[in-house]
Amino acid sequence: MGLKSVSRRDILKSLTMGAMAGSVLRVIPTQAAEYAHHLVDAEKAATPGGSYTPKFFRPRQYKTLQSLCQTIIPPEGDTGGALEAGAPEFVDLLTSENSDYQLKLGGGLMWLDATCTDRYGKPYLDCAAPQQKEILDAIAYRANALKDPSLAQGVAFFAFLRNLTADGFFTSEIGIKYLGYIGNKYMPDFPGCPPVPDV
Amino acid sequence: MAQVSRSAKAYDVCIIGSGAAGGAAAKVLTDGGLNVVMLEAGPRLNPEKDFKMFAWPYQLPHRGVGVGGKLRGELNSEFMAPNGAWEIEGEPYTSAPGSRFRWFRSRIVGGRTNHWGRIALRFAPVDFKSRSTDGMGDDWPITYEEIAPYYDKVESYIGVFGSKENIPSAPDGVFMPPPKPRCTETLVQKACAKAKVLCIPSRMAILTKPLNGRPACHYCAQCGRGCVTASNFSSSQVMIPPAQATGRLTLITNAMAREIVVGKNGKAEAVDYIDKTSREEKRVNAKAFVLAASACESARLLLNSRSASFPDGLANSSGVVGRYLTDTVGSSGTGYFPQLEKVPPHNHDGVGGMHVYVPWWKFDRKNDFLRGYHIEVYGGRSMPGVGEFDGVCDEFEGYGASLKQKCRSMYGTFIGFEGRGEMIPNEHCYCDIDPDTVDQWGIPVLRFHWQWSDNEIKMAKDMQETFRSIIEAGGGTFLSSATADGPRPYGIADGGVIIHEIGTARTGSNPKTSVLNKYCQAHDVKNLFVTDGAAFVSNADKNPTLTILALSWRASEYLLSEAKKGNL
Repeated sequence: MGLKSVSRRDILKSLTMGAMAGSVLRVIPTQAAEYAHHLVDAEKAATPGGSYTPKFFRPRQYKTLQSLCQTIIPPEGDTGGALEAGAPEFVDLLTSENSDYQLKLGGGLMWLDATCTDRYGKPYLDCAAPQQKEILDAIAYRANALKDPSLAQGVAFFAFLRNLTADGFFTSEIGIKYLGYIGNKYMPDFPGCPPVPDV
Repeated sequence: MAQVSRSAKAYDVCIIGSGAAGGAAAKVLTDGGLNVVMLEAGPRLNPEKDFKMFAWPYQLPHRGVGVGGKLRGELNSEFMAPNGAWEIEGEPYTSAPGSRFRWFRSRIVGGRTNHWGRIALRFAPVDFKSRSTDGMGDDWPITYEEIAPYYDKVESYIGVFGSKENIPSAPDGVFMPPPKPRCTETLVQKACAKAKVLCIPSRMAILTKPLNGRPACHYCAQCGRGCVTASNFSSSQVMIPPAQATGRLTLITNAMAREIVVGKNGKAEAVDYIDKTSREEKRVNAKAFVLAASACESARLLLNSRSASFPDGLANSSGVVGRYLTDTVGSSGTGYFPQLEKVPPHNHDGVGGMHVYVPWWKFDRKNDFLRGYHIEVYGGRSMPGVGEFDGVCDEFEGYGASLKQKCRSMYGTFIGFEGRGEMIPNEHCYCDIDPDTVDQWGIPVLRFHWQWSDNEIKMAKDMQETFRSIIEAGGGTFLSSATADGPRPYGIADGGVIIHEIGTARTGSNPKTSVLNKYCQAHDVKNLFVTDGAAFVSNADKNPTLTILALSWRASEYLLSEAKKGNL
């Protein structure tokens, strides 16, 4: 059948019309359903690229955010990291819309720069790599805040950013590929579980 | 009230609500030749705009969690087709001091069948005989044998998969073949065998074979996003369209029913409703009425329909409307199974829900509590979403390649267990009209009163113990935040949270202790029927929708035959 000549809009339109007209179950043939999926997929995959202008963070803060995200989920082998996955854009967008996030992340970044300035005489981005590692190692674990309560705000900030960075990476196209999730598609039959030891 | 616009036309039947109960009534009554008008408080779904099948998180700027990430951790995400809400702006409900109750409402054509988990379980014979069996609650005015033919009709029409098992607590139905288990479910089945717990193919209203022109499921696991092939059951896609095709169904959307008007002869003669679009009050006349607005919304409408003949609310001479409110006992736990790290990438999606479940298996022995529960399972390598790795990040902390790899190795290794048990009605659980509050349409709102009894707490405790035994038998680690004390002992969910609230206009043979007779017909008003969850006498550990469909189908056949005899 000439599926190629059927547009996604036509298919969806026929569904809507069917429901509106009250015909019995505006059903489309199985192949058309599969084709609709491919069309939707292709259309949605064509996401516009280009550079991103942060909505909330000031340029320098945004650079710090990008650096932290990429350190939390770095590139590895031929898989990109949080930066390639668009995690900072995702974090910035949500933060621009959420006053709680603004406090936690905007305030957290300022805490980080102030703490680095106290310790090393410069804000985080200007610190040498070993200094950056030292401060992150300090705020990346809850146990450190128990020993040194002055780290508590930094630990809370980092834990929050870590969750959001993981969100941004693992819901991206490259993150989903990295995990090996290969569903979200039309399947005529469900094959069940492949052979796995102990399962 | 001054400007009620009145429709001249009188319909045979007016159905209020378009979900499972309303959809079944519309189908049966229009098939039978009656002219039907249906009021729905919300809009119609638009598949082109509202259905989200096959979308990826990265195709949405907010990755599914909405503006400001507000939907992070919520039941609804941007991926879901509109299906209802815990809070509706301008339409509040209240809880009495000390009561915690949440009310999920779907103001949309198809009602909560757009939302439900499609778990389609028959009540068992014993579920209709509560008082005769253990002295608590009441017996239904009907038996399993009386409703079984309607379960057959419903299953044959909507399509349910399952397997013949011959288990007394979980009667077999008219089944399509079940899908093969996922890896996680194979593991659960083996673990259950070791723990001596039954685990069988689930029973879900999803097609595994074509039916009445609806194609079989294509296994994308996204029922909640709206299914463009209508391979799962919803009233909006499976009941309403054929009813409309008869030319005898008039569907009025955005119509919020306010009051049922009674004539001098004591019969219901009209419904006053608010057209939400114009904010005008309108009236529709009919010879008979089917309330199918959901248990509590139907009770609210009865209680708000006061008149000289019914000062305490329509059909409420018994005072029972709003009483006997129950929900399902819910408690959950999670297992971490390290052996699932070895599962190779493969398509694990399946249908939109579980392929196996644990039916009530301890029916043949004495337990610490009355009645039973079933267990639903979920988890594994499903589509990653926002919040997916919060637990891994909190547990392992740190950052860098090791954290990234940890997330990958832990992905898909968790299996969730949800206990779903029977609550026995108690005098502390009911809804009434809040004397101080109206909604934006001027309609007095419901106030909920809620208190679990010891039986439910003991059941939740048993659920937690069972989760642990299954998980440990499967070589997993039991993770649960449930504690024996606090406001939610053993993790018991608040009232209403499982969204199985029923019982508020129960059926019975005694008009002094029940609202409806065995055909869901009001004892007090013979042309008034209530065919939704309000009619239930007990809330067995079976998700209510299939039984609502069967009850409404049966009541509608009775209504049809009475109408034909001129008895209404």
